[in-house]
This record gives sequence, C-alpha cells and structure tokens, in this order.
Amino acid sequence: MADRAYIGTRKGLFEIYRTHEAWHLDRQHFLGDPVTMVLPDRRDGTLYAALNLGHFGAKLHRRDPGSEQWTEVAVPAFPVKPQDSTDPVEWTLKQIWSLAAGGPDQPGVLWAGTLPGGLFRSNDRGDSWHLVESLWNVPERSQWMGGGYDVPGIHSICVDPRNSKSVLVGISCGGAWLTNDGGESWSMRAKGMLARYMPPELAETQQVQDPHRIVRCPSEPDKLWCQHHNGIWRSVDNGANWTEVISAPLSNFGFVTAVHPSDGETAWFVPAEADSKRYAAHAALAVTRTTDGGKTFTAWRGGLPQQHCYDLVYRHGLAVSDCGQILLMGSTTGGAWLSEDGGGQWQTISTTLPPIYSVSFA
Amino acid sequence: MAQLIFTQQLARFMDVPQVETSAADLRGALDAAFADHPRLRGYVLDEQGHLRENVVIFIDGQRTRERKLLNDALVPHSKVYILQALSGG
Repeated sequence: MADRAYIGTRKGLFEIYRTHEAWHLDRQHFLGDPVTMVLPDRRDGTLYAALNLGHFGAKLHRRDPGSEQWTEVAVPAFPVKPQDSTDPVEWTLKQIWSLAAGGPDQPGVLWAGTLPGGLFRSNDRGDSWHLVESLWNVPERSQWMGGGYDVPGIHSICVDPRNSKSVLVGISCGGAWLTNDGGESWSMRAKGMLARYMPPELAETQQVQDPHRIVRCPSEPDKLWCQHHNGIWRSVDNGANWTEVISAPLSNFGFVTAVHPSDGETAWFVPAEADSKRYAAHAALAVTRTTDGGKTFTAWRGGLPQQHCYDLVYRHGLAVSDCGQILLMGSTTGGAWLSEDGGGQWQTISTTLPPIYSVSFA
Repeated sequence: MAQLIFTQQLARFMDVPQVETSAADLRGALDAAFADHPRLRGYVLDEQGHLRENVVIFIDGQRTRERKLLNDALVPHSKVYILQALSGG
C-alpha cells in the first residue's frame, strides 16, 4: 500500500506520509521556489523535481535513492533557431511541464515535455537531454497553439508498458501524437476529438485539439482517457480513435483525469465550471468516477468542501496509487485531499498549501 | 579591469563569484565569468545566449537594453551589476 506521496507547488515540494491512522505533511524541499513537476522513478527510486525560477529559468534537480541531497542536473535546451525559420515560437525553454520514466528495459531514460511544445529525451538520468526533432519538425506544429499558456506545451507522456519505444504524448493545443519507434517518426492520434473553440470546418482537425490531460491504463495499455477542453474522450485502441463520453455529471469541463492501474474501464475526473471561469463546478468540489468505461458516473463529495469552494484541480493534480484505491488530489488554491476508498471519502491534508501543480505517489 | 557584481539572490543556488575582467564588452565579460563558473550561465542567459527575461544588467549606472547580442562596451573600470528584475517576482 502506498505510504508516501509528493506535492509540487508554487512554493516548493512537499512530502506526505501515512501512519496507521492518517496521512500527514512531512518534509519540504525548495521552499519558496515553484516546483512544476515531480517524477518518482519507480525503476530505481530516484526522485526528480523540475523548478521554474521566476528570474533564473527552469531547472531540474535529482535526488538519488537513499540520499538526502539534491543535485542540479541539466535541463532540456532547444537548439539554435535557424536564421531562415519562420517559426513564431521562441526556441527557449519556458517550463518543464511533464516528466516520464522510460520503460523498465531502458534504465536511465527519461522523457520531458516542455513549454514551448518540445519533447526531450535523456539517456542518462537527466545529465543531458536532446530534443526529439522528429516531433518538433512535423509540419503540423505550425498549427499548434497555446492553451492556458501563450505557447503550446506537452503535458502528457504515456509510455506503453508493452513496448518502451511506443510513446503517446498529449499537447495543449496540438492534439495527441504517437511514436512506435522510440521517437524516429510520429503519427497523429486525435481522431474523434472535437474542438468547439474552432470554426466549425476546423473542429475535427487533429492538430488543433486541446487534450488537457491524457492517461493510459498500465494493465490495459490500449485504453486511454482524455479530459479535453470540450469534454471527456476515451480510446480503446491506443488513440487510433477517440469516442466522446457524454454521461459525466456536473460538467464535462475540467483539466485532469486518472485511470485505474488495473482496470481501464475505471477513471476519475474533477468537474469544473467551463470554460473561462475555471473553478469547482457549482463552487462545490466533487470527484466523478466511472467504472464502466464512461457509460455511467458517480459523483463523490464526502470530505470535500461544498460551500464557497473555488478550487481548480489542474492537469497533474490527481494521482492514483498502484492499488487503485488511494487517490491524492491537489488544487490551484492549495487544497490537498486524499482518499483511501477509491474516491468515495476524502481526508483533508491541508487547505493552506501554495497553489498545487502536481501530485504523485512514491 | 571591469568588475562584475552578481545579485546575492543567486547565493541560494551557488557560490556567487566576484569577477574582474579586461573584456571590452558585456558578452566577453560574462563569458569570462562563466568560464570559471559554468553553472552560472544558465541562471543569467537562456540556451540561445540571450539575457533571461527577468534578469537585468546595469553598466556604470545605465540599464542595458540590448539583450541578445550583449555587446555593450565596457571601459577599464566599469562596474557591471547583474540583478534580478522585479518583473520576475
């Protein structure tokens, strides 16, 4: 059973741990600095923390297993922009938005998704990085656009547990893309999504879709869930086709989704007011769960604030443990809640943390 | 020798050097500092070698405006302050 988790916030990284009675806040790291992403690497026990210093840029720190010390390692860096480039995007790292471990057969391999929308690979635990130019150079990138930020960004990286060379990424706004050859080539994987913020004739265009978050079921890897800007979608064929899920209660708008590690039919969402308002639906926080592939949902509220609640759970603000029963949720206004029964009842960890960017189990 | 004074805000992340250099322009002076303190480069410049958006440099009391080439001239006794801009707070 999970007994430790990490909360990356606007003002540092916080650990929480479980005693036999409850979960508690524990140590802090990088207090005062924005921690935009945290990756506990299950393969070797290393912990990675991505920082975004307001003045001095994005940084990446690594803590080796058993160590108390953090080491600053390299950050993804864009190459020099060709002088004849017409790309309006600045080729400079703004933020590390997502981190993922490579497959178990790829020790030391890490993936990083950035703002602007670069995918980077490290083969040496973050000591060096290289841009995956095959994706950066797809012609469709010229149609990508900012979603939430001024520039497009990669927020979801789903490595296929059956084949480490197969990686699906989600981009706001650039749709979903899949490689089956370790990043040599890419194909679009957003067919079926619908961008209602576009002119009608462009609404089905795959490279303008805004999947807020995409997650893959580890034990049924063809099953993917997506909280999109315009609703909820799921795929049962590794993203080849997406089907809209229209039965979610309260709101089909939100940023986050999590999938049960061993049951691809079970997924969680946190509904929010659409789409420029962006706070908990009806100012009362709820988590919705489907256990039948999106046919039906249950809305859970136990232990969550139900009055004057303006919390928003952002893209990486919901995590589920390996057993599928323990969930951790963090909000943009510093609320953190934990459930040990699959989302039915929630324990308050804190309501006074800094704005929460990401949560993850050790 | 021109003198480079880096903000002590950097002391949270590294030993902050005091650098004296005979470089004739700002770029040369910064390169001299980075040669002995390579990690400092990524805190002051982005990967394109441009001054970070929320870092500001003053040379002899004048704020520099050229943020890409960093070719402002230095004189032998220039005092160069590399500071955090309030815009990044």
